[in-house]
Amino acid sequence: MSQSQLANAEVRTQVTLPVAAGQVGRLSQALMAMVLGVFVVGMVGFSHIDVVHNAAHDVRHSNAFPCH
Amino acid sequence: MSTFRSIVFASVIAGFIVGLIVTVVQQFGTVPLILKAEVFEKVAETHQHDAPVTAQPAAAGHDHAAHDHGDHGAGDHDHGAGAWEPRDGFERNAYTAAANILTAIGFALLLAGFFAVRSGATGASVSWHEGLLWGLAGFAVFTLAPGLGLPPELPGVPAAPLLSRQIWWLAAVLATAGGLALIAFRRSVPAAIAGVILLTLPHLIGAPELANIETNVPSSLTHQFVTAVTVTSLVFWTLLGGLTSAVFARFDQRS
Repeated sequence: MSQSQLANAEVRTQVTLPVAAGQVGRLSQALMAMVLGVFVVGMVGFSHIDVVHNAAHDVRHSNAFPCH
Repeated sequence: MSTFRSIVFASVIAGFIVGLIVTVVQQFGTVPLILKAEVFEKVAETHQHDAPVTAQPAAAGHDHAAHDHGDHGAGDHDHGAGAWEPRDGFERNAYTAAANILTAIGFALLLAGFFAVRSGATGASVSWHEGLLWGLAGFAVFTLAPGLGLPPELPGVPAAPLLSRQIWWLAAVLATAGGLALIAFRRSVPAAIAGVILLTLPHLIGAPELANIETNVPSSLTHQFVTAVTVTSLVFWTLLGGLTSAVFARFDQRS
């Protein structure tokens, strides 16, 4: 367990938030959300699938994602 | 509410709003320039079809296999041999809006993930102002740094093979994020030096580019496009940073 997770668990128990038994840590939940975010951006901006490229074409150019 | 749900709800709300706003901004900034450039792109393609023997050397790096200029009717915008593409006008703009919203939600998920870790470590929620600063960092990481090596490009401007540019783009993003993090969160001289080295490294290596670029897209149009993209992105990131942090703080407090 990382330091921030330990500190986090401490804050939770000390202040207000009760930690449900078996609840996944804040850090791992945040990481899961971030992986999801990278996946969404990767699909819209970087997928080589033609149909995805054509649908998101103007957005790729407008965000300066490498296109064509 | 679990942290994960707070992050996802906040990101969907902030991403939806920012995606819509940016779609409107793009209609005045980048999209008219893309449409203008496509006129030049099509003229060049027509010439190529008329005289296939004198293929332009500039098109060498242009991926023609995945990007066949076969049968596209007048008014269509090209790409992909026979692959589906949205019709010009409302349909095309609707997909642009959807893609903008998805992109904003994706980046908001990244930001809110950081906000959750930060607020978990400090015990206080991330303020909208701190969120805005995170947004500026996102602008530096995802637009400024990769844009130095790979400036925003209009359709019809040939460029190095796509995959090599995508790899360099990703490397520039990772190095810039790492460099900024070293400088911001490790307040020591060696870390700062390492951070600056990381920030400069992708540009010392250099982005993939073609030896000679021939295009009939005027350079003034390209310059306008670089400005439009960069400014739009600045608006996007500051809005997304501020809004995501504010909405996430509300959901997170109620958990």
